[in-house]
Amino acid sequence: MSAILPPEQRVWWKQPIEPIEITWIVVAFIWGLIMFLMMPYWHVFGKQNLANEAYRATPEVFVAKTQAMVDKYQVREETDQKIPVVRPPAGSDVYLIARLWQWWPMLELEEGQSYKLHLMSLDWLHGFSLQPENINIQVHPGYMHLLTVQPSKAGTYAIICNEYCGINHHTMVSRLYVVPKK
Amino acid sequence: MAVNRMFRTCPMTGLRVHQPAEALIKANAVAAVVSLLVGGVLALLVTLTRWPAVHLLPADWYYLVLTAHGINMLIFWIIFFEIAVLYFASSTLLGCRLAAPRLAWFAFLLMVLGALINNYAVFRGDSSVMFTSYAPMGAHPTFYLGLIVFAVGALIACFVFFGTLIVGKEERTYIGSVPLVTFGAITAAIIAVFTIASGAIILIPTFLWSVGLVDHIDSLMYRTVWWAFGHSSQQINVSAHVAIWYAIAAILFGAKPMSEKVSRFAFLMYILFLQIAAAHHLLVDPGLTSNWKILNTSYALYLAVVASMVHGLTVPGSIEVAQRAKGYTKGLFEWLRKAPWGNPVFSGMFMSLLGFGFLGGISGVILGTEQLNIIMHNTIYVPGHFHATVVLGTTLAFMAVTYFVIPAIFRREVSFPKMAQWQPYVFTLGMTMVCLFMMGAGTLGVPRRHWDITFAGNPLGFEFPGMAFLMMGLMGIGGVLAVVGGAMYLLVTVHSVFLGKKIQTPGFAQVRVVEGAAPAPAQPVSAALQAHGGVGAWSAPGTFALAMVFLTAFVLYYFINWNYLSTVWPLR
Repeated sequence: MSAILPPEQRVWWKQPIEPIEITWIVVAFIWGLIMFLMMPYWHVFGKQNLANEAYRATPEVFVAKTQAMVDKYQVREETDQKIPVVRPPAGSDVYLIARLWQWWPMLELEEGQSYKLHLMSLDWLHGFSLQPENINIQVHPGYMHLLTVQPSKAGTYAIICNEYCGINHHTMVSRLYVVPKK
Repeated sequence: MAVNRMFRTCPMTGLRVHQPAEALIKANAVAAVVSLLVGGVLALLVTLTRWPAVHLLPADWYYLVLTAHGINMLIFWIIFFEIAVLYFASSTLLGCRLAAPRLAWFAFLLMVLGALINNYAVFRGDSSVMFTSYAPMGAHPTFYLGLIVFAVGALIACFVFFGTLIVGKEERTYIGSVPLVTFGAITAAIIAVFTIASGAIILIPTFLWSVGLVDHIDSLMYRTVWWAFGHSSQQINVSAHVAIWYAIAAILFGAKPMSEKVSRFAFLMYILFLQIAAAHHLLVDPGLTSNWKILNTSYALYLAVVASMVHGLTVPGSIEVAQRAKGYTKGLFEWLRKAPWGNPVFSGMFMSLLGFGFLGGISGVILGTEQLNIIMHNTIYVPGHFHATVVLGTTLAFMAVTYFVIPAIFRREVSFPKMAQWQPYVFTLGMTMVCLFMMGAGTLGVPRRHWDITFAGNPLGFEFPGMAFLMMGLMGIGGVLAVVGGAMYLLVTVHSVFLGKKIQTPGFAQVRVVEGAAPAPAQPVSAALQAHGGVGAWSAPGTFALAMVFLTAFVLYYFINWNYLSTVWPLR
C-alpha cells in the first residue's frame, strides 16, 4: 500500500516499471557516462591534469635537494626571516618545502616556461593553494609529488596553506613570483 | 528470561509499538537532540568567527570549537538519530518486538560514554585536530578512544536492528517483503557496518600510535582508510534520509512507491557503489594514479549518482501520483501548490529533497571530478557542499520527521505550532545562504578551516578580492539565521517532549502480541502481476519537468566548471 507497509504485491519484482521512471533512468545513465568520459577526455585534450608522478623521500633527502637548488640559484632574500628567493632556469627541477608553518624557499619563475615542481612536507599534511589562480594540491610528508607547471601570466602570486596544520595554520603563506619573458 | 511482548497501538497510524523499542527510540532521539544543541552553540561560534566583520574567537578557540562542532554534528547528532530511525523502521514498522532490548541499552550507554569521552578530549584543548584528525598530527589518546567506544556502541545497535529483522521474520509479524522504508534502513545499517569496520581499521592503530605502541602512521594510508570511514558515514545519512523521505510521503499522502523494484534497486546501488567512491577525497593527493582515481570515483557510470537521481524522481513522483488521485490534476504543478506547505513535516521534507539534490548533489559530483577538484580542493567550497548534503539533506529531513515522531512516539502535542510551522523555512533559508556563499567564496579560493583570511600582520599576506569577503559576510548572516532556525527546532522539540500536552485518545490500547500475529495478506499472491505501483502511463509529468530543470542546471554548472578549469595554469 505504501512505503511503510510491506508491498501489496508479494511478487513486486515482476511489476512493470513506470515509463517516467525508465525514461529518467536512461537519461541519468547517459549523463553519468558523459561525466565519466569527460575525465579521460581531459587527460588527452585538456591542459590541466596531475602527473601521477610521486616518489617516497625522506625529509633529509628533500631538504638536501632543495638546499642545493637554493645555493645555486638564489637571487635575493625577503622578509625578516631572510627567506631566499630562487630563480631557477626554465625547464629545471624546482623544489618547495612545506613545513610548520612555512613554505620554503620562494620561487621566481618565468612566464610561459615549464618547470618540474617537487612538492613535499617535512612534518604534517599541508595544502598547496596557489592564489588567485586557485590551484590546490594536497602535500604529504614522505611523498615527493612531481608536477609540471607552466605559469601563464606574470604577476605576484600567493601560496597559502589550505590543509589545517595546527595552531598557526593561518600564518602559513608565501609568495611565488612570475616574471615576464625576456 | 521473560520477554516483554507488550505493544501499544498507535491511533494515528495504526502501527503497533513495542514498549522497550519505544523507550529506546526516545532515549536515542533525546541524546541526538542534546548533541544538536551542543553542536548548534558551537556552530554559532564558528560562524561568528568566519564572518570577517565579527571574527569572534581567538585562533586556538576557533580550531577547538570547529573540531567539536564537526564531531558533535556529523557523528553524535546524526548517528544517535539514525539509531532511533533503525529501531523505528524495524520494530515499529514490522510490528515486532525489538531483539535484545538490554543489549540495545548497553549500546546506548556505550555511545553516550564515547561521546562524553571524545568531547572531554577536545575541550581539554590538546586535541584540536578537526573532524578528520589527519595523522601525523596527533590528538590526546582519549580523542580516539571516545570515537572507538561510540562506534562499538553503534555497531551493537546495528546488530540489534538486524536481530529485530530476524524476530519479525521468525514470528511472522508481517507478510511478504519488508516495507520500502525498512529496506532503506537496512541499506543504511549495512553501510554502517562497513563504515564502522573501516573506522576500526584506522582509528585503533591511530589510538595505539597516540599511546606510543605503534611508531608510525603513514599520512596517505591514513587518508585513504579514514575516508572509507568518513565518507561512508555520509552514505548512511543519505540512505537514512531517503528512507525518511519515502516514509513521510507515505504517512502524509498515502503515497505508494512508483515501483518497488526501481526504488529498492536504487537503494541496493548505494550499498554496491557508494562507499569505495570515497576515493574522491584523494583526487589531488600524490602516490595514486589517475586510473585509480577515475575508476573509483565514477565506476564508469556514476552509478551511485544515478541512484540518488532515481530517488529524487520517485519520491516527489509518488507524491504527485497520490495528489493527482485526490483530484489535484490542474496543470503541471497543482499537486505541489496544494501540498500542505504549512505542515512542517511536509515542508521540511520537500526542502530537504530540493536542497540535497540541487545544492548538495550537483556540487558533490563536481567536487568529485578528478581534474575539477584541482580548483576546489580544501577551499570553503567543500564545507559549502557538505552543509547542503548533511544539513539541508539529512538534518532537515530528521527535523521534519521529528514533528511526526513527537505525537506518534512521545504521545505529546507539538508545542508552539506557529513556530514549528516557520521553523523549516527559517532554517532552510539560513542554511541555503551558508551553502551558496561558501561555494561562491570557495570558487574565489578562500580556504576552509582557516582562522584569518586577511593574513593580518603577515609581510607575505595575500589579499582576497572584496567579493570573497562579501560572500563570507553573507555566509555569516545565513549562519546566524540557520542557528535561529535550529534553536526554534530545539525549543519546539524540547518543550513538546517534556512539557507538551499529553495526547489521550480512545484508540489508545495496550495489546499483547503473540507469534504469528500478522494480519492476513491483503490479496492472494496470484493478483500480483495485475496491479501497478503508480497509475501507469505518464503518471507524474510535473515531477518529470522538475527533473529536467534539475538536469539542465546540473549540465550547465558542470561545464561552467570545466570552462573555469581551462583558464588556470597548464599542469602536467
